Amino acid sequence: MISQHTDSTGTYASVHFKSRAHDKLNDAKVQRAMRNFNLAAARSRAVAEVDNFEDLRTAAAAIRDRSLADLDVWLERFEREATRRGTKVHWAETHDDINRIVIEIAKAASVRKVIKSKSMVSEESHLNAALEGAGMQVVETDLGEYIIQLAGETPSHIIAPAIHKTRDDVADLFHEHHKTPRKQSISELTMEARKFLREHFLSADMGISGSNFLIAETGSTFIVTNEGNGRMTTTMPRVHVAITGIEKVVPTLEDVSALMRVLARSATGQSISNYISVNTGPKQPGDADGPEEMHVIIVDAGRSQLIGSDMQEALRCIRCGACMNHCPVYQNIGGHAYGWVYPGPIGSVLTPNYIGLQNALDLPNAATLCNQCGVVCPVRIPLPDLMRKLREKQVDRGLRPKSERFALKMWAWAAARPGIYSLFTRIAARVGKSMGGSGGLIHKLPGGGAGWTQDRDMPAPGGKTFRELYANRPSKGGGGR
Amino acid sequence: MSLERSVERPLRQPRTGRLRSIMLTPYRGTLPEMKVGLFVTCLVDLMRPRIGFAALELLESAGCEVIVPGTQTCCGQPGYNSGDRAAAQALARKVLREFDACDYVVVPSGSCSGMIKAHYPELLADDPADKAALDRLTGKTYELTDFLVNVVKLDKVPGRFSGTVTYHDSCSGLREMGVKRQPRELLAKVPGLQLKEMTTPEYCCGFGGTFSVKFGDISARIAERKCEDIAGTGADAVVLGDLGCMLNIQGRLRRLGNTTTRVLHVAEVLAGVKDD
Ligand code: SF4
Repeated sequence: MISQHTDSTGTYASVHFKSRAHDKLNDAKVQRAMRNFNLAAARSRAVAEVDNFEDLRTAAAAIRDRSLADLDVWLERFEREATRRGTKVHWAETHDDINRIVIEIAKAASVRKVIKSKSMVSEESHLNAALEGAGMQVVETDLGEYIIQLAGETPSHIIAPAIHKTRDDVADLFHEHHKTPRKQSISELTMEARKFLREHFLSADMGISGSNFLIAETGSTFIVTNEGNGRMTTTMPRVHVAITGIEKVVPTLEDVSALMRVLARSATGQSISNYISVNTGPKQPGDADGPEEMHVIIVDAGRSQLIGSDMQEALRCIRCGACMNHCPVYQNIGGHAYGWVYPGPIGSVLTPNYIGLQNALDLPNAATLCNQCGVVCPVRIPLPDLMRKLREKQVDRGLRPKSERFALKMWAWAAARPGIYSLFTRIAARVGKSMGGSGGLIHKLPGGGAGWTQDRDMPAPGGKTFRELYANRPSKGGGGR
Repeated sequence: MSLERSVERPLRQPRTGRLRSIMLTPYRGTLPEMKVGLFVTCLVDLMRPRIGFAALELLESAGCEVIVPGTQTCCGQPGYNSGDRAAAQALARKVLREFDACDYVVVPSGSCSGMIKAHYPELLADDPADKAALDRLTGKTYELTDFLVNVVKLDKVPGRFSGTVTYHDSCSGLREMGVKRQPRELLAKVPGLQLKEMTTPEYCCGFGGTFSVKFGDISARIAERKCEDIAGTGADAVVLGDLGCMLNIQGRLRRLGNTTTRVLHVAEVLAGVKDD
């Protein structure tokens, strides 16, 4: 299958992370957009306003752990409560199931036009393409999603999908697609999008949304947005379909309110998002508005494998984006380089788990392990530890390149033998010194070291190792010590 | 842990000056008994021995008896972060044995001390035989500046420096070892030195061990942001506590044509900067 994440041979784009990242580093537009991107500053201001944010993170992690510990129980409870209130609950084991179920619902309700508010899970299954293939028109209504839909691209960030686009890019796109005079200011562009979207809101037959949380005790979906498009999508069309992962269920409304204390602060630096929509069943007699049908599709697609594994903590994720906002790698290459749905640190953990370790070999390795992500994650996911575990799995399954395995073996063998190690390092110190010449800088390293000297010099060693100098140091009265 | 052992032991009355400051620390009775193992780290050993000697000088000037186990090589971090657990475990056990006789292990690196303190417990978790030795090791391992400030409570440093410096917080030192205030406190004691903070001193320099060669272009680009921040301060030198960051920042600065901003390890500055 060809999709935005695979090529004609079915190879995942994430396989080509390295070259994709290289291209992004040399793409002036992306670089300009990424330079302006700074949600990290907003977060730190918002966090400073609460005096116990670290406690809130701990509480949020505990709530997520509690949900995951008895996931089956909460999911069944959700299904019971939602069904009781007239929602139809569907279970999608695979990505194909998602698309099949949505198309069945749409056909049964004679749907021609679909509007969507943000749903990352639908990106996993390429739902838009599937719906279009089934003859329906699909319109994204989140402004960022709308922009990239016009551009024919995928989101480069989980909450700011068009962050890789500059204002100029957007002005060009709107001019081209709306056939209107080219606008200059952000407010004019936004007004124009609103005008075009409004017609779609009024004429759509089906609204598809994600759901940030599923509330087990009430059978409700819970949607957080800043543009109000989520509310329109879930209430205006005749049919509402919410698609979300199995891990999104939490026991109570109270739990969600605790998670909300960390979500918006971590994501955009807001104390709370502009809109929160809690949807519990279709329109009831006496309700002013609401859809005639409400469906919730609960998706596994690889998630249940993580339960009980050493990767389970990744399922705590509440998709705030803070880890990518704080990631030095993401900030420099943007989200598209990662090649699949979720970029940044959480993407580097989820992608290999969801599409296969061998299909994303670079991702867990493309990190400095600086832990700028781990210390901001509102649910305390130890992202660097999880990436390291994935690296171990690659080694265990023999997925690392031969040259790398050989180099590691050599190093490990020598480092365990001080005599031999000392000989090697003495030689290296001398060779390095002579390579550095009078300036003390090596401009070109051979072999694996070439990656270093491509854009950097290597300060040369001094010529002798500490251990040899120490062994020969003049006695200071106190003896050899 | 030495803390418990020490309280039972009556302290001799401290006298004056440097000795006084050391003896006031509630750890061991008399000075010669404070045996400090210096773990120089593989990068310092190979690339910048003078940092090891600076650390040695600082510890000795503080009155510690310093032991430098001659068989030491590497803490195992390159293997650990490359997913080669077995290699990392073998080296961790080696460190465990080499420093078992010391009261403290001091490391002029946040990254290698962090490896020992924050990661050895997980790395050696499957082997209960090592448990007691492991607890001893993690309890007594310190990053150099942390040790100088919080254990020996150094109040005077040998070095002097004329000019402005800016301090880069290395990721592991900061986020695994809690090293933030310590180097700044010590730098404040260096006559002639002025500290000017950069905008984001806690921001990663892009080194990341083998990441720096596997993804050299991304790594260098991250380093570039750091270099811009450093240049923005107009400081004469950037000072830091980890050799990995040091090579990375210096390498990128020089390639960008900056030949004047010095890149110095905090131990060198505290002990007094010497050339090789
Ligand atoms: S891993 Fe943590 S920081 Fe990243 S998106 Fe998920 S919740 Fe947010």
